[in-house]
Amino acid sequence: MTNAKTKQVHEPLIHITKRDDCSFAKSAIVHLIGVVIALVFSSLLIIAVTGQNPISLFKSMFEGVFGTPIANSGINKKYVESLHIVAILLCISLAVTPSFKMKFWNIGAEGQVLMGCLVSAYCMIEFGGEMNNTLLLIVMVVASVIMGAIWAIIPAICKAYWNTNETLFTLMMNYVAMTLVSYFIMVKDKSGRSDLGIINERTGYGYLPDLFERNYIFNILIVAFVTILMFIYLKYSKQGYEISVVGESQNTARYIGVNVKKVIIRTVAISGAICGLVGFMIIAGDKHSIKDSIVGGQGFTAIMVSWMAGFNPIVMIPVSMLIVFLSVGSKFATSAFKLDNSIGDILTAIVIFSIIACEFFIRYKVNFRKSAKGDK
Amino acid sequence: MEQKPAIELRNITKTFGNVVANRDVNLKVNRGEILSILGENGSGKTTLMNMISGIYFPDHGQIFIDGEEVVIRSPKDSFKYKIGMIHQHFKLVDVFSAAENIVLGLNEGKYNLKASTERIKEISAQYGFELDPEKKIYTMSVSEKQTVEIIKVLYRGADILILDEPTAVLTPQETEKLFAILRRMRDDGKCIIIITHKLHEVLSLSDRVSVLRKGEYVGTVETANTNESELTEMMVGKKISLNIERSEPENTQPRLIVNDLECIDRNGVKILDDITFTANSGEILGIAGIAGSGQRELLEAIAGLQQVQFGEIVYNDPKTGKEENLRNKTPMQIRDLGVRLSFVPEDRLGMGLVGNMDITDNMMLRSYRKGKSIFLERKGPKDLAQHIIEDLEVVTPGASTPVRRLSGGNVQKVLVGREIAAAPTVLMAAYPVRGLDINSSYLIYNLLNEQKKKGVAVIFVGEDLDVLTELCDRIMVIGSGRITGIVDGRNTTKEEIGLLMTKTKDGKQND
Repeated sequence: MTNAKTKQVHEPLIHITKRDDCSFAKSAIVHLIGVVIALVFSSLLIIAVTGQNPISLFKSMFEGVFGTPIANSGINKKYVESLHIVAILLCISLAVTPSFKMKFWNIGAEGQVLMGCLVSAYCMIEFGGEMNNTLLLIVMVVASVIMGAIWAIIPAICKAYWNTNETLFTLMMNYVAMTLVSYFIMVKDKSGRSDLGIINERTGYGYLPDLFERNYIFNILIVAFVTILMFIYLKYSKQGYEISVVGESQNTARYIGVNVKKVIIRTVAISGAICGLVGFMIIAGDKHSIKDSIVGGQGFTAIMVSWMAGFNPIVMIPVSMLIVFLSVGSKFATSAFKLDNSIGDILTAIVIFSIIACEFFIRYKVNFRKSAKGDK
Repeated sequence: MEQKPAIELRNITKTFGNVVANRDVNLKVNRGEILSILGENGSGKTTLMNMISGIYFPDHGQIFIDGEEVVIRSPKDSFKYKIGMIHQHFKLVDVFSAAENIVLGLNEGKYNLKASTERIKEISAQYGFELDPEKKIYTMSVSEKQTVEIIKVLYRGADILILDEPTAVLTPQETEKLFAILRRMRDDGKCIIIITHKLHEVLSLSDRVSVLRKGEYVGTVETANTNESELTEMMVGKKISLNIERSEPENTQPRLIVNDLECIDRNGVKILDDITFTANSGEILGIAGIAGSGQRELLEAIAGLQQVQFGEIVYNDPKTGKEENLRNKTPMQIRDLGVRLSFVPEDRLGMGLVGNMDITDNMMLRSYRKGKSIFLERKGPKDLAQHIIEDLEVVTPGASTPVRRLSGGNVQKVLVGREIAAAPTVLMAAYPVRGLDINSSYLIYNLLNEQKKKGVAVIFVGEDLDVLTELCDRIMVIGSGRITGIVDGRNTTKEEIGLLMTKTKDGKQND
């Protein structure tokens, strides 16, 4: 038929197609490339903005995380301190995971932890010296866990029965918690300071004991334990299975006769309870003080950790390590180089952003227009 | 020289990841011609048409319109070449009128609804559409909505029309009407491509048939020179018998008696009214009706998922002879009563299964609660999964593959396999062969027949009237939530059922 010459026509420059499966090795390579690109990009930025040598800045980040302690930081090795920060972030991430797996967008971890802190601090002040220290610690744990759970259950009940928006609700609960803490501080300390100073500084009532002659170890062990429990709970327990079913499809859950309301409330209560436990750990094992910003936004960072790890408790360990490394390291490096703190935030953002962007390249393939037509 | 084809495809290839949706497809359609594209689900018909209408872009190959090579990058490009596609799922704004929907998104300078309405009326008169341009979409029947979609593309001047499974939602009478209109358009010189997997429609409507199988182009034949069995062979790749077995029911006993059932939806509108019927053991009871006439609600009411306003659902226990009223019992309570009710819902991945879970975990859905342990027992479900994969020839890399990765037919095998494994006394299946290829469909019919022979009361909600009349012992027809007739499957015709489907409660025809 027609052998007329075909007109030169233009394909779109790029078109995007979906990939099927990405092997583990391939996805690891993609991530590695992502990190390298992030490092190159941040180096350029460092040179352009500050004129510093990026290599020495990165070196200083490592020093900030693993290096020798600064003179006044006591007997702790620096990496134990860093590990403790990881532990706290990891534990909040574990806490939010069951809710998120159930597609209950709980962004109230911040407030739930804070309420745990508040109750722990209250117990320390009120019952310190009135009872045996072990008993006091037990009372603090129980009270914090219950308080965290209550703080989470309130939005959960409203969600289950009246289908309220849990995102807004849990967010608002954060502000209520902060205000309550401010009020508490105002009542306890009429001087108008924003924190209470170190509680029971002389007596040490309600302090978690040091293990292996170091503090923080107790907290780290608790978190290790919670991590294993959460992994087993989500993967091997009937309740964990119900969480997945409800999260994937409430219709399926109804179809097999799961009481969806019950599962929602129970799961969110577990999230809240673990948040409460973190509150206890912060007060009894670390800060021994309270202020309304004591959680420092970790309740939100934890959501990112949980998502980036694909809700897998074990994967959350390296992810939270990475995040803590970036934030602690860059804070140290920027102060060592006398740079503005925001530089650190920007570096952190670049790395995290490029890791998240990797997901796109794992799921999709980008095809560019072939320069020559006809050949393969 | 001969007439140039209105549209020609040469060596079109499209892949999604590792899946080849189309490989080297060649196609030619002339003006004044109706071409059917025949193929089973997943054979790449819709993908191919989506490339013509600018939704996908082909990996390789060329498209010619009137002999000129063109590149269709977006739906806008495809409009430019006067190509109009009528999708399987309508894309209309519910609260707008027909006319408003038709002009929506058009840029013809001034917005003049009156002039547009006139033109819509002209188009309707020309081809014999019956449409009130001022009618709102949400008050329309499915066939009216389809009319709006067709006029929408005609209004935009399309002379190459692509219809994706247009008859899937229509009654036999409506289908005939649509075909008459399509023939009139053909005589007017339009080029019409219709995607379908129903053989008798292909034979009655089209001039030529192109067959696709698993993304490959098999060939094109003149409709006049072919027959059903040849087309099936082209489609499936081997000869298969198209007869559905139907044995005489034995030892039938009333198993499920539904009495005067009434349900209302969220807005207080009656979705089921005055439903009274009996499902017998050892019998397949078919349920026919236009989509959305209350079939889903009826099955869900029996399964304990839909609030019942009035009436009762009585289950006769074959072991004890006791009667249990299932009305407003939760699925758990129903199971605790010892009622072995299996339910294959319409929405497979949204209700019957969990798409992101693997086959083993999906097997557990029904049984995971067994035992007092707080931990899951995965061994039994794993064995069951293995068993179903082997018995029903599920094509899967393994029992640990997420079910959403399986093809429609295999997903359904997993679901039906699980429901049958529970050794039911009542088995309800809603559209169990929707989207399945011929082989899988026959496998499902056989499974239902096996259950019937075992003395299970089978309730089968279907949409293909040919299948219903061949498979079922009795057929209950529902129209707008009411029973409009229960007929004997052996002595009825498609036309009789079609009429019952559109009958309203005062006995008048609804059209």
